[in-house]
Amino acid sequence: MSAAPKVLRDTDIGDLELEDRLRALWRTPRGLMGWLSSVDHKEIGVRYIVTAFCFLALAGGSAVIMRLQLATPDAHVVGPDKYDQLFTMHGSTMMFLFAVPIMQAFAIYLVPLMVGTREIAFPRLNAFSYWMYLFGGVFLWFCFFSNNGPDVGWFSYTPLALTQYNVGHRADFWAQMITYTEVAGLAVAVQTIVTIFKLRAPGMSLDRIPIFVWGSLVTAFMVVFAMPAVMVASTMLILDRLVNTHFYDVSLGGDNLLFQHLFWFFGHPEVYIIFLPATGFVSAIIPTFARRPIFGQTAVVLSLIATAIMSFGLWVHHMFVTGLPRLGESFFTASSMAIAVPSGIQIFCWIATLWTGRPRFATPLLFVLGFIFNFVIGGLTGVMVASVPIDTQVHDTYFVVAHFHYVLIGGAVFPLVAAIYYWFPKVTGRMMSEALGRWNFWIAFIGFNVAFFPMHILGLEGMPRRVYTYSADMPWGGLNLLSTIGATIFFISFLLLAFNMARSSVRGTVAGNNPWDGESLEWATSSPPPPQNFTRIPVVTSGSPLWENRKTFPTVTGLRADRKEVLVSTLTEAEPDLREPSPDPSIWPLLAAIAIGITFLWSVYTPWAVIYGAVPITVTLVGWFWPKGTKEDES
Amino acid sequence: MRGPAARSLLFAALLLSSCSPLQSALVPEGDTARAIAGLFWFFVAVCAAVWLIVMALLLIAVLPKRTAMPDPQIEPDVARERRIGFVIAGGIAATVIVLAVFTGASFLSNKSFAEPRPHSLTIKVTGHQWWWQVNYEARQADQTFETANEIHIPVGQPVKLDFESPDVIHSFWVPNLAGKQDLIPGRYTELTIKADKPGIYRGQCAEYCGIQHAHMAMFVVAQEPQEFAAWRAQQLRSGGGPNSAELRRGQQVFVSSACAMCHTITGTTAGGRVGPDLTHFGSRMTIAAGTTRNSLGNLTGWIADPQGVKPYTRMPAVALTGPDLMAVSHYLESLK
Amino acid sequence: MKTQVVLDVAPLPESSFGSRTLTWWGTIAFMSLEGMGFALAVGAYLYLRVLQPAWPMNEPLPGLLPGTIVTIILLLSAIPNYFLEHWARAYDLRKVRLGLVVMSLLGIAPLIARVFEFPALRVRWDTDAYGSIVWFLLALHTTHLITDVGDTIVLSVLMFTRHGKNPRRFSDTSDNAFYWDFVILSWLPIYFVLYWLPRFG
Repeated sequence: MSAAPKVLRDTDIGDLELEDRLRALWRTPRGLMGWLSSVDHKEIGVRYIVTAFCFLALAGGSAVIMRLQLATPDAHVVGPDKYDQLFTMHGSTMMFLFAVPIMQAFAIYLVPLMVGTREIAFPRLNAFSYWMYLFGGVFLWFCFFSNNGPDVGWFSYTPLALTQYNVGHRADFWAQMITYTEVAGLAVAVQTIVTIFKLRAPGMSLDRIPIFVWGSLVTAFMVVFAMPAVMVASTMLILDRLVNTHFYDVSLGGDNLLFQHLFWFFGHPEVYIIFLPATGFVSAIIPTFARRPIFGQTAVVLSLIATAIMSFGLWVHHMFVTGLPRLGESFFTASSMAIAVPSGIQIFCWIATLWTGRPRFATPLLFVLGFIFNFVIGGLTGVMVASVPIDTQVHDTYFVVAHFHYVLIGGAVFPLVAAIYYWFPKVTGRMMSEALGRWNFWIAFIGFNVAFFPMHILGLEGMPRRVYTYSADMPWGGLNLLSTIGATIFFISFLLLAFNMARSSVRGTVAGNNPWDGESLEWATSSPPPPQNFTRIPVVTSGSPLWENRKTFPTVTGLRADRKEVLVSTLTEAEPDLREPSPDPSIWPLLAAIAIGITFLWSVYTPWAVIYGAVPITVTLVGWFWPKGTKEDES
Repeated sequence: MRGPAARSLLFAALLLSSCSPLQSALVPEGDTARAIAGLFWFFVAVCAAVWLIVMALLLIAVLPKRTAMPDPQIEPDVARERRIGFVIAGGIAATVIVLAVFTGASFLSNKSFAEPRPHSLTIKVTGHQWWWQVNYEARQADQTFETANEIHIPVGQPVKLDFESPDVIHSFWVPNLAGKQDLIPGRYTELTIKADKPGIYRGQCAEYCGIQHAHMAMFVVAQEPQEFAAWRAQQLRSGGGPNSAELRRGQQVFVSSACAMCHTITGTTAGGRVGPDLTHFGSRMTIAAGTTRNSLGNLTGWIADPQGVKPYTRMPAVALTGPDLMAVSHYLESLK
Repeated sequence: MKTQVVLDVAPLPESSFGSRTLTWWGTIAFMSLEGMGFALAVGAYLYLRVLQPAWPMNEPLPGLLPGTIVTIILLLSAIPNYFLEHWARAYDLRKVRLGLVVMSLLGIAPLIARVFEFPALRVRWDTDAYGSIVWFLLALHTTHLITDVGDTIVLSVLMFTRHGKNPRRFSDTSDNAFYWDFVILSWLPIYFVLYWLPRFG
């Protein structure tokens, strides 16, 4: 008779001892090496958030300089070269280095907690994606600070982005930054999907999944199908520039609209990739402050799915004045207007939740209300620009700049700030200051509207986009000055937010597990959560687990207490199915990111870099996947 | 608090802008622009109403409630939820109807612009970094001529503009008259414009085309038919013979220095095709595609130091002595 | 709040195959994004083709032989791949080792043929847009092939070490075989588009 190796299960231990054992198992080792090899989704999520905020500060600062230059006609704050780099850096940083990463960051942090598991599906891939993101962003800004920043606009149209129309390698740096950030974004999307599909706590059937998690799932699918398009577009651009291919060279069979089609096929879903997670925030926050579960849960989920699918059918609305057949363009008018319907459903459901609930005011809810106010304006101007005739006047003018800032700031940044106030206690264990929060809100709200509302008028009055200055003969000075004042006020609101976060992290009131009395699983564990997230995995019996199970909380037993394990469940009903090990901290994801990062950078200068780089990349990937013979590797 | 604040902001904004007709899509002077403006105001009215309704509903939703309710409220009042569901469904139905009306109105408007219209004149506009080349076509070769940055058209008649670009994407936009159209290398696009009354309508390139995109303006000058005919006849004449010593000297400097390598003046040996045709430069309103007004002082400043006026412009500084510079400037101003 | 144990998961297995595992779903997600990339590249090919009066533009049709050899090798490799998957699920170490060596060789073979396939395109990448897009498609699939063959070789080596006895490696082998099916299937539309579509006019 063979003796099976003795394993230690959590059934055999009491709660306190289990807590200690699991902490020791799951925590990241101390010291620099530990920090560099962390695979804890919470630590990586926080790193992503902090890094994204640094990029927000850089991109926001660029915007303030641009606004100072435009405040008066014929100003000399910056010259045209610097201005062109600034608006390109502003747009590229906001879209690729801030907005998408920060939404993904919240998903990385919150999704495993909200679905009731210990760790994200592929922890080392998670670490890798952070390093790729960091390297890509730092690389781009390093280029800017050495006067080599891309100056072709955040969507880098050809032929302007081809070698003969711009200087040096600026456009190559833009294209390679895309490659880094899209690799990171795709990696996160893969993990999000697999975590939500397979790691949900027992009993969390599809109808009990929190809407923020649904939003993250739907967004991850959009990323998987949209990001390859921008990678193809930017790779073809680099190839045209570096090795003389002719994808966009009209003299030899190429076409400039090919770039636009590929880019906007990505570009339109991209804005929903930013917006849908924000609606997820709102759908998490409103129920807590309305004191009831969301109204119309099924309708909201179906709206998320419908928005995601429909967003792939709108892209030509960015190309209405390129000379495409006008009547074909009308199809895209219809589809661009139709997407307002699922967004409308969500808004009505949120209002209904507040209407039938008992709203309790706090800073997160204030920012959500600000979101509804501003986003509806942005959505309605969106309906206007969806109309081909109207778009022929306002395309590429400040009207469109106003529109997209209303939907992106109103529709994504306001919910994001709400999310920060809401989940800061969970992440840090302390509450943010309510008083400062109110100041933050009003300064942001007023600053934002003063900055961006006048732009609608400026666009209608003939002011195009991307102009570094304008003549005193034009009647634009007054509104531009007003907008600059608003922008400065809006920027100050972020300083206030940063101050509130910094001060509260040391002096804020200590928050317990569930300071807001929220309904979802992340509030079941301590603030901040222990490394293992939950000492015992919860069993879910409703869509609002913390409101249903006020007295006793059902949990799982039988997982091992001597190695890191996660519970894998079935796809739809979340029945427990498998116990899989979760990887230990590892330095290989960082090394692989360094190898790949250097190869990408080097390839801007020579195509041979791809061959040379293949060797270190192979080595690091083998090191990553080679089994270490630890307990996590047994089965 | 929000409503009045927004209103006073809007009022202040309107005061600060001068509601000027210059380059404004909201002051239409052409039939296309007028139709678009009408459509736009219709959208604004309906959208403003929708926004107000949604904000009113939101406001009511967050007002303090009088009835007591459990906290949290996890047992839904099924009947009430169903009623609200119907109201929302009604709201969605209303949304769909509004969007359908918007789509239909846009489609009909778009269709009318898309139909080819008989036009009295065809003008080829070629976008360059950072100026507009304008060629008036005609059936007979000796009736064609070229100018730059200014397009004269007869009032009340549709004029077809054919677009091309040999370098990067530009966009032709004269908001008082019509929506914009891109000029895309390798593709041919077009726009038909019609001015309803005489006037000077300013436009600007509306697709980022490089470092001096901000200084690529153009003017559409709509004239009564007799004036247009006179202007056209004048344009067909070659750069008139200089009739004073200074002007002759100016012409001499022009054709023998670098100027002739890039610019054409018909009737002289200057035949460069890189920069704008200067045959009737003296009759134009601006220099360097709207960058500065056309005056003797501005012109000498431009020739002496183009980079100072329009940094990174393709025109190099041509070293001329003081008297030569004055002579060339006088000469160019004489080319009416 | 008190917790109460209501479910014991100790009896659950610690490894499995197919859609019960996390890596299988990760593989599906990667197939989706790579498939999307291929689809877009083929879309770009068709887009450029529609714009041109002649296609290929100024050059002869691509030579059929190397590409067809690659196709035949890939299609034939589906057979040992099928058996490998079967043996992996049966935890048969000896047969899995054999199967992985065979699949490694069958992965290297098309790469050798691929070396001849590029010149057989009869156009350079920098000649014109047709040359650029056909090289792009072929290079995309080649990268795909190289990375998966690399994965197969590393896994083969692994199975000959002490780690080979771990049931998780059999799950990895099954995922690897699954991915190879995708490598074969994703090639077929590209083969058709590169070699046969221009011949049909």
